[in-house]
Amino acid sequence: MLVESLVVSGMIFVIGTLGVIVRRNAIVMFLCIELQLNAVNLTFVALSRYVGIEGQVFVFFVMTVAAAEAAVGLAIIISIFRHYETVDVDKFNLLKW
Amino acid sequence: MQADGLEPAAAEWEPILPALIILLPLLGFAINGALALSAARKSADAVRAGGEFDFFEGGRARTHALPTWVGPGVMLLAFLLTLVNFISMLGAELHDPWVHAYWAWISTGELEIAAAIQLDQLSMIMMMIITGVGFLIHVFSVGYMQDDPGYPRYFAYLNLFVFFMLVLVMGASYPIMFIGWEGVGLCSYLLIGFWFSDEAKASAGKKAFIVNRIGDLGFLLAIFLIYLVFQEVDYVAVLSDAESIFVYGGPAITTVTLLFLLAATGKSAQIPLYVWLPDAMAGPTPVSALIHAATMVTAGVYLVARSSVLFALAPLSSAMVAGIGVLTALFAATIALKQQDIKKVLAYSTVSQLGFMFLGVGVGAYTAGVFHLMTHAFFKGLLFLGAGAVIHSMHHALHHTHKDWDAQDMRNMGGLKKYMPITWVTMWLATLAIAGIWPFAGFFSKDEIIWMTGAMAGAENAPYPMLYTVYWILALAAAMLTAFYMARLMFMTFHGPNRTGAAEAEHLHEAPRTMWIPLAVLATLSVFGGWINVSEDLRESVLGGFGLLPMGEWLHHWLEPVTEAAHRVQESRLGEVAHSAPFGGGEVAWGIISFVAALAVVLATVRLLGRSEVPVAVEDTEPTGFARILYNKWYVDEFYHRWVVDPVLTTSRILWRVVDATIIDGTVKLVGNGARAIGWVASLFQTGQVNRYAFLMTLGVLVILSMIAF
Repeated sequence: MLVESLVVSGMIFVIGTLGVIVRRNAIVMFLCIELQLNAVNLTFVALSRYVGIEGQVFVFFVMTVAAAEAAVGLAIIISIFRHYETVDVDKFNLLKW
Repeated sequence: MQADGLEPAAAEWEPILPALIILLPLLGFAINGALALSAARKSADAVRAGGEFDFFEGGRARTHALPTWVGPGVMLLAFLLTLVNFISMLGAELHDPWVHAYWAWISTGELEIAAAIQLDQLSMIMMMIITGVGFLIHVFSVGYMQDDPGYPRYFAYLNLFVFFMLVLVMGASYPIMFIGWEGVGLCSYLLIGFWFSDEAKASAGKKAFIVNRIGDLGFLLAIFLIYLVFQEVDYVAVLSDAESIFVYGGPAITTVTLLFLLAATGKSAQIPLYVWLPDAMAGPTPVSALIHAATMVTAGVYLVARSSVLFALAPLSSAMVAGIGVLTALFAATIALKQQDIKKVLAYSTVSQLGFMFLGVGVGAYTAGVFHLMTHAFFKGLLFLGAGAVIHSMHHALHHTHKDWDAQDMRNMGGLKKYMPITWVTMWLATLAIAGIWPFAGFFSKDEIIWMTGAMAGAENAPYPMLYTVYWILALAAAMLTAFYMARLMFMTFHGPNRTGAAEAEHLHEAPRTMWIPLAVLATLSVFGGWINVSEDLRESVLGGFGLLPMGEWLHHWLEPVTEAAHRVQESRLGEVAHSAPFGGGEVAWGIISFVAALAVVLATVRLLGRSEVPVAVEDTEPTGFARILYNKWYVDEFYHRWVVDPVLTTSRILWRVVDATIIDGTVKLVGNGARAIGWVASLFQTGQVNRYAFLMTLGVLVILSMIAF
């Protein structure tokens, strides 16, 4: 059971990572980040059975932080959209030297 | 230091308010300095507002009153206080110096230096000269500087100078002396460049300061070395232990004394560092009289006399002191022969007379050196003040008719005795004194130095007898030249036809009262000042009026406590020096010889100048041949410029352009530019594209993971 859970969570994490790297739509990238977070959550839960209850406690923290991050992130995306009328991240490259 | 029990307390004699003697000039400096600062501030404000500031605003009675009373006033009080102490010391039979520590000045680890003053016979003589002659010169300055806008500033500097000079002679240890030494150097710089808006004068000040730094280095090193050997720096400890710690003629004592000699050549303008003194004449003339003739330049002689035991223990250094002294005396005298600027002649004459003093202290005649220092303060102070009076008068006359002649060039003078009789008479008295004519002051002091040099040549165990014989001949030659150039100065200035021009001559005038009274006082001292130290032989002879002169060898006895240790060393090593003059003669013979020589030269000069030199006009006196070399001062300045100043500048320029600008700056810039280049390359990765960041981050995590895994 553990192996399957870990394989699934690993696959979800890789999908999320690739999504962040290859997709240009900010919303989709955002969703992919959520995928990554939840892959980690899955790992925590799966391992908590053998290691201890702390893993499950940590999942709640992750979910809380993810919720807050989602709120902030979506607010940023909306504000960017209002300005540029697009959510294509290739258009946003001002944040550099 | 009394409290520390370092030396037996001299309970038998207590001075009256000794610290006040030092503090009075400092008070004068504070008051005059505040006045000068406020005037300068007002002037700066006025100039900033686009106007001009009248330094004499409200009349001279208002602007000059305070400096006029404060400047000479504090000097008079200091002099009276010194005089009271001097008189009380006269009756005290003081043997050990009186030392008093006021507070701990430096206290680090083993080194303890107290802010202490020491009064003994030597410092007392110096204080009398400094405050006495200093007061007269302050009074003279009241008249001389009357029309100068920097009047308060002038007195502030002059008071500050006296303060530092008193610190120099009253300090109880070498470091305290060094404070005074540096302080008088600073004041000398400030006063040489007093008219700093004239660039030549400002750079003359800089030259004096920079040349002196070379000597000061020697002083500092000597103090360090003394501390290394003794773990002590105050006179009482060092001088009393010197005989037991140092080996006679050993390397340590020789090094210390040679370093002191280097210091003294700087401050006292001896070869090879004398070049600053003639240029120092750029300052106001009373300054030349006080600082560059009577007091500051004698600090080197004081240093040697103060450390007489050390020098007596180092025969090589003493021979060097005497050699440098006699060479300087002769060398400077030859230059003085052909100078046309009245102050330049006196400047070289001062260098030459300082050479005599060095000869004196170098041959072990410490008393004679100090004696000549004292008489020189009288007659050279007088000569400079007299020259100041002449320049003052010439300046006024030329100013009236707007003639742009040089007021200091003797070729423009001539026949001034008719217009300035007091200056003429007093300057003649000083000239006779400096030339060594009996019975004026310079005769007794200079003759004693020359005689002692001859005695050294014939001393039983003299270290370098041939050398001292040469010194003796050179000293005689220098003494004759002295008489010659001084007579020349007097004839060109005061005798013969007047060359200023008829219109100008009407405006020539005798110096005002504040100026001629100091002249008269100094003239009296120049005449009688030598009588305080007439050797017994001379006193019994015709030159001493068969015992009529009142004081005998007073100065010798007076300075005995200071010099006895040195004389003890000398006597045990060299035998009885005092009665072994060459040709078997006593002092009487030498007295007659130098008197006749000086008189002969004066008479010769009268004849010579009466024929040719006096009447010549300015344009046709371009010297030729050897005279040209003398006129150009042996090209020493040019030599120094070529071989010292230029190489230093070239080296500096190389160090600047190559080492500093290219190598050091290059390295620094390379590091900086390297960091920038790396940053530039790294910034290429920063595209602002979130996806790429995510990719790189993932890549990085993978790399780290793989490093952990394998």
